[in-house]
Amino acid sequence: MANKLIGEMGLHNKISNIFAARNIITAKDALTMTEFELMELLDVGIKEIKSAIKLISEATSPPYQSARSLLEEKVENEHLSGHLPTHLKGLDATLCGGIPFGVLTELVGPPGIGKSQFCMKLALSASFPIAYGGLDGRVIYIDVESKFSSRRVIEMGLKSFPEVFHLKGMAQEMAGRILVLRPTSLANFTESIQELKDSILQNQVKLLVIDSMTALLSGENKPGAQRQNQLGWHISFLKSLAEFSRIPIVVTNQVRSQNRDETSQYSFQAKPKDGLQEHTKTYDSHLVAALGINWAHAVTIRLVLEAKSGQRIIKVAKSPMSPPLAFPFHITSAGISLLSDEGTELKGPGINTIHARGHSDVINFLGECS
Amino acid sequence: MEAWRLPVSSSIRGKLISAGYTSLSSISSVSSSDLARDVNITEEEAFEIMKLANQASGSNSCNGSRSLINGAKNAWDMLHEEDSLPRITTSCSDLDNILGGGISCRDVTEIGGVPGIGKTQIGIQLSVNVQIPREFGGLGGKAIYIDTEGSFMVERALQIAEACVEDMKEYTGYMHKHFKANQVEMKPKDILENIIYFRVCSYTEQIALVNHLDKFISENKDVKVVIIDSITFHFRQDFDDLAQRTRVLSEMALKFMKLAKKFSLAVVLLNQVTTKYTQGTFQLALALGDSWSHSCTNRVILYWNGDERYAYIDKSPSLPSASASYTVTSRGLRNSSSSSKRVKMM
Repeated sequence: MANKLIGEMGLHNKISNIFAARNIITAKDALTMTEFELMELLDVGIKEIKSAIKLISEATSPPYQSARSLLEEKVENEHLSGHLPTHLKGLDATLCGGIPFGVLTELVGPPGIGKSQFCMKLALSASFPIAYGGLDGRVIYIDVESKFSSRRVIEMGLKSFPEVFHLKGMAQEMAGRILVLRPTSLANFTESIQELKDSILQNQVKLLVIDSMTALLSGENKPGAQRQNQLGWHISFLKSLAEFSRIPIVVTNQVRSQNRDETSQYSFQAKPKDGLQEHTKTYDSHLVAALGINWAHAVTIRLVLEAKSGQRIIKVAKSPMSPPLAFPFHITSAGISLLSDEGTELKGPGINTIHARGHSDVINFLGECS
Repeated sequence: MEAWRLPVSSSIRGKLISAGYTSLSSISSVSSSDLARDVNITEEEAFEIMKLANQASGSNSCNGSRSLINGAKNAWDMLHEEDSLPRITTSCSDLDNILGGGISCRDVTEIGGVPGIGKTQIGIQLSVNVQIPREFGGLGGKAIYIDTEGSFMVERALQIAEACVEDMKEYTGYMHKHFKANQVEMKPKDILENIIYFRVCSYTEQIALVNHLDKFISENKDVKVVIIDSITFHFRQDFDDLAQRTRVLSEMALKFMKLAKKFSLAVVLLNQVTTKYTQGTFQLALALGDSWSHSCTNRVILYWNGDERYAYIDKSPSLPSASASYTVTSRGLRNSSSSSKRVKMM
């Protein structure tokens, strides 16, 4: 919509020509300037500018619908009202059916916790026929760190859906629907997803998995600010891709240690008392999700996988429609399974902290021992 | 209106007309002493005539202020307006208390916080609460929800709408003796019907939509709240020229204020956070820069304090700085269980 041509908006010819003469061709060009600036540039009175902008804005505005029709569309058109079941009962119940279509879902956790296992299981589920709770479609799996193992996927399939997998040719067909891409650089990845945009609907792609986003960006050695800009572009692109194709996009993220400069306080908040500070200064909670706060705002659902005193836990850290629940899980030959479908509710910001197994190799910057 | 309609004695009327004061506007535009001299009457009589002329032309302002500057209102009249301002409840009474009763209409309120603190939740809650009928103390209006990030989950809106309907039923049941039997019952789907949803995909569309809202709301006069979730997203991603961004944002802020005043509705802008290096340390601050922080009338910051979510009034022309805690439940925003503690004044 932003690139709509002003020439086609039905403006009065005279003003339309003036815009064109000053190289203001698309709606984006016109609306990025303030009315005063336009007045100066085009040498036209403010009244005419205002009425021209009014027309341009009306033509460029997005369409609207009521929330009710949004809901009805979802229920009618989308499988399970727009959710991909994870086959983990407790998690699916919390997420109102499963991983939602049209938004970014993030899996974040320390290395070796099971993020890639989860992704492989999801890819398998999506390829399944609808009768077995799948999406009956293709899956694009972007495997940056070579963690995808077809042998493992087939093992998961055989163990969790034996009745389907033992049918002749099923294994081949299911596995055949998962397309694995191994981009060698960020530029490579960017090209691939841009190509994808056009072919997703035609080729029945029903799920996109990116494992992992952090690895893609850490490979680039550009300084901080440029890296943020790149990430910004990818965030916008992935979100719009998810929305227009109405598919779930699952992205994994790594963890990094917290900088000394990291803060979670506003200027009006008083410094916490010493007791409170010590409570947070254990070795465990030096880990935060990588990719920064901008990324954290952009994902709609964030699932944190962590290990605490030997127990692996999956937490629904950010979800607009679920309470903050934590479920213990373990990894089996059939993939991931929950040890309990009743989650424990974690109040407070603790839902966002990430613990690694008992001790961590992270250097404690402040050199204190607890 | 003609001067001869004034309720004054016929001799004075005759003097006015023969001196040339045939219309009320000509009487209002002179001072009483000039009028007395021109018409050959005493000052008190002139004063009386001016008072009558002002009353007759329907002006309810004090003597003379209307003729000073076109469009100005005096503070006394504004006080009456301010007191009778409707407010939208947030369903959390502690939060309502520090907000002076709720989100005020005719104002632009900015609400910002870290991811996961509940900004979208407040947005959805407000878009449901604005529809509470007048009999229950609400505004009975519609909501416009402008979604720039795709964070509006319609299933969640349905959950909150259902909880709202249940609460209203409970209230009616409690007071059933007082309400008529033929009262129309609101259903959750009706509530969803009154949330007008726009999905904005770039900052150009965002600017275009804000410009277009004036016309849209003139055609949909029962809209009482406009929520933008979030105002930051597109401006953070691809806007290269930061100075230009500041100018465009300021213009947008002015347009919001005009909308709020013109249609007496509440504008709620949800903002993200960023880290800022001030006074030797890094601190959290709302995004979009220092110039933007001047643009909104009211500013509420949502933050974590220990294990609870808090809201802090950072900027308001009339409310004191205070924080209150709230929780997000499956039914929407509610008081936190520790609400027996008093509101913390800062």
